[in-house]
Amino acid sequence: MENTIDRDHGKQMLYQMMLIRRFEEKAAELYTQTKIRGFLHLYVGEEAVAVGVMQALKTDDNILSTYREHGHALARGVDPGRIMAEMYGKQEGCSRGRGGSMHLFDAGKKFFGGNAIVGGHLPVAVGVALAAKKQKAARLTCCFFGEGAAAEGEFHESMNLAMLWEVPLLFVCENNLYAMGTALRYSHSLPQIELKGSAYGMESMAVNGMDVLAVEEAAIRAAEKIRSTGKPFLLVCNTYRFRAHSMFDAELYRNKAEVEEWKKQDPITALQNLLLEQGSLDAAAISELESTVETAVQKAVGFAEAGSWEPVEDLTRFVYSEPQNS
Amino acid sequence: MIEFRMPSLGADMEDGTLVEWLVKPGAAVKRGDIIAQVDTQKGLIDIEIFEEGVVKELLVGEGEKVPVGKTLAVLDSTEHRVGIKASPLAKRMAAEKDIDLALVTGTGEGGAITKEDVEKAAAAVISAKIEKTAQVDEKKEATELLETSSARHNIRQAIASAMSKSNREIPHYYLETKIDLTRSLAWLTETNRERTVKNRLLPVVLLIRAVALALKKVPELNAWYENGLVKKEEINIGFVVSLRGGGVMIPAIRDAGGKSLDELMTALNDMIPRARAMKLRSSELVNTTITITSLGEGQVELVYGVIYPPQVALVGFGAILEQPWAENGMLNVRKTVSVTLAADHRATDGMTGSRFLTELNSLLQTPGSL
Amino acid sequence: MANENNTISITYREAIKQALRDALRADERVFLMGEDVGRYGGAFAVSKGLLEEFGPDRIMDTPLSESGFVGAGIGAAIAGMRPVVEVMTVNFSLLAMDQIVNNAATLLHMSGGQVNVPVVIRMNSGLGRQLAAQHSHSWESFYAHIPGLKVLSAGTHEDARGMLLAALKEPDPVVIFEYTAMLNLEGKIPAGAGIVEIQKAAIRREGKDISIITYGPGVYKSLEAANELAKLGIDAEVVDLRVLRPLDESCFLQSVRKTHRALVVEEAWRSVSISAEISSRIMEQAFYELDAPVHRLCGVEVPMPYPKHLEDISVPQAGDIVNMIKKILQHD
Repeated sequence: MENTIDRDHGKQMLYQMMLIRRFEEKAAELYTQTKIRGFLHLYVGEEAVAVGVMQALKTDDNILSTYREHGHALARGVDPGRIMAEMYGKQEGCSRGRGGSMHLFDAGKKFFGGNAIVGGHLPVAVGVALAAKKQKAARLTCCFFGEGAAAEGEFHESMNLAMLWEVPLLFVCENNLYAMGTALRYSHSLPQIELKGSAYGMESMAVNGMDVLAVEEAAIRAAEKIRSTGKPFLLVCNTYRFRAHSMFDAELYRNKAEVEEWKKQDPITALQNLLLEQGSLDAAAISELESTVETAVQKAVGFAEAGSWEPVEDLTRFVYSEPQNS
Repeated sequence: MIEFRMPSLGADMEDGTLVEWLVKPGAAVKRGDIIAQVDTQKGLIDIEIFEEGVVKELLVGEGEKVPVGKTLAVLDSTEHRVGIKASPLAKRMAAEKDIDLALVTGTGEGGAITKEDVEKAAAAVISAKIEKTAQVDEKKEATELLETSSARHNIRQAIASAMSKSNREIPHYYLETKIDLTRSLAWLTETNRERTVKNRLLPVVLLIRAVALALKKVPELNAWYENGLVKKEEINIGFVVSLRGGGVMIPAIRDAGGKSLDELMTALNDMIPRARAMKLRSSELVNTTITITSLGEGQVELVYGVIYPPQVALVGFGAILEQPWAENGMLNVRKTVSVTLAADHRATDGMTGSRFLTELNSLLQTPGSL
Repeated sequence: MANENNTISITYREAIKQALRDALRADERVFLMGEDVGRYGGAFAVSKGLLEEFGPDRIMDTPLSESGFVGAGIGAAIAGMRPVVEVMTVNFSLLAMDQIVNNAATLLHMSGGQVNVPVVIRMNSGLGRQLAAQHSHSWESFYAHIPGLKVLSAGTHEDARGMLLAALKEPDPVVIFEYTAMLNLEGKIPAGAGIVEIQKAAIRREGKDISIITYGPGVYKSLEAANELAKLGIDAEVVDLRVLRPLDESCFLQSVRKTHRALVVEEAWRSVSISAEISSRIMEQAFYELDAPVHRLCGVEVPMPYPKHLEDISVPQAGDIVNMIKKILQHD
């Protein structure tokens, strides 16, 4: 962990990571109560990546994400209540309940999903970045994906296209070491994902994804590079998920000791310790943060609970644009 | 398989004469239906059937006298009967027009009954129903029947349907000519002089005979138009009979080309009263290949007919009237008839019609050859 | 060349090119991307000359990355552009199926109406050029199966000239099937031809005896067959479906209600095809109007063989349509 950090900025990032952590724990609980259904992929352990990268993005920048995207959406500022309502399937959800956990959208926040075909959103991200280039806009596009996606053809096509066309695209690979249950070493001939950038002449770097300050710094550097050159950048954040792949996963593919070992690198604990050490926060302030987080999560759950079901007559809406959309 | 036998209607009945079949092969019958009339020592008796099925074959001809117990017809029992194959549209139309599909012959794919088959059958089948109704209640006068039952409506509907179709689909063309009947009528007077009153010929049989012979020369008019011209071998002339209560029946003079004047006269004498009494068999109403309408008595000179689909021509005779007649620079008064030909322009052209009328005229100038 | 009736003679290829040129001129947001659309001039010369006129930013050659560049088209559409993505042949579109099915067709819905995808994807399709099993496909039914897509089939020169322009006005993804075998075919279109509507099927020939319902290359074949049939006194109506999704069923149902008979013609394989869909809808909604079973003429279910004589008999030709209709109408 780096030495010092601005008190307010540190507190704000800590709050975001704690919010994601608590939000995910609550989601798991609600899943067991069948309030949330479908697939539920939790971000616990990886919070530093979303929060760190988000520091480098401006409100006008575009974001595309994966099906493990609650953390990205929260860090981007999508309302927690609307996210929770989405997971409940209520029409007050950020995607009107049509998407669920894997498909969080908020066009106002330039948050374009929530994409659940591994690697499928990478070409789309290239196109979104290409549009900005054609429109001569300063916008950057940030695309999150896992190391599993880096084995997909679409990753390679997208890397090539992005570099070939020189579009302002930040590829953020969240390498949590497991594609569902298949470890990195079983799925990649070259497990250092960042080295794959060189095959396309694309600048890249790897960063400790458990260290929010390191992620933040790397992301800012990458974003500056992109904004100044117009060329894409591959940022690999090595991280770890503390919980199973999804709710119904016995975790036969990794042992508990490994998980415990990684938990020692918990990004939230690390940042708390740093802030405590440098005297920016005291224990009371942290417990006050915890209670603020708890309140926010309770409020989100309350919002979702109070939400309403879309009328069945609306079933076939949003297949094609309605007049107001066109 | 059901065998329908000559029933024993009394201990003293030994045989019976099958006078008339009221069904034909393919007809569906059910318990209680009258399917034939048999003449016995005690008079004409309706024969009913006690089983359900489809008539497969009639084994005894009309007029045959057979002993009790003799198999008259065989029927396929309904259980084994193959379902009637008809298009959904044909079924719907049949239901609307109250037509029994078992009585309709299918001409569609695989013998399926089509819309056209139902339309064609409509007139005939409706008439057959009227006949059936009339037979069931013999005490009722035919005229009464027309007044009281839906028969009048049915006939009207059948005419409306056929004539509308004709006007909708058939591009008619008309030709007309006036024929001097002096020679024909003189020949007729001569012939009739030697005949008993009962056997005398009417002018109309000369006209019918002449039409039949002219059609042999111009066979394009003895035809149906169904996706193209289909010439017919046999000349079956439909002869329009006006009903007293309104409406018309068009009985067929079968094989008119093969019938002599006497045979034609017999046929007319037989059919016209039965047509007026609505006692025609359904088989006598179908498969006509051309229609003749003759105004007969009266002063109306010309009739422009509407073709009866799928036929391609209709010959109309006006009343036989005395008319001024110019010939060889001389003006005379002659008995003449005005003939019109209404023909389907899809099937033939004016030249064909013209050949026909010319031939007709020439035949009527040589009545001895008729 | 304009003639006295104010129609012009034009090849199917030229009609598409004129549409592209019109679209590129009319809207700065429009750009064409695809394999060999620029420097090569288009695999089938459809975009020849456009690079010189509009430059490489608007006529973009792409690498052989169907999934990549179709996805990029989708992304650009989301972000405010009006991309026209050309997939060189429909066969290669299978490599981009994930993008079309999982992204283009779903984003609007998954986002609860927030993210619409105004991308136009053109595919050279069909068969008839002895290109054998991997380059002779009719995949219309694949795409017509997908809610969220609009699927057009340009079976006439007028539609080749006008469908693209209409597709670019749509807020949602449009897949346009164009037909390689028709590219050299000359046809007449009105001198001022341009945009066409893309909601409805079209009656290409009125008739009363039977409805031939078809699309794509089936349209001209059916018209040829109808002319032959007219000589036999059979009056066939030809319905060009044009819009394969969402289907304009009122058009063909109305036609069947008039003629009471239907023959569906397509080059695609019979099983699970557009013709199967049309036939079903007729059964469901016009059963009691039918005077004969609905018949279909489809491609023989075999990967396309290379030899010409086998290729020809693998798909319905005008003569097959004539014979089938004579049989349906029990015409001697």
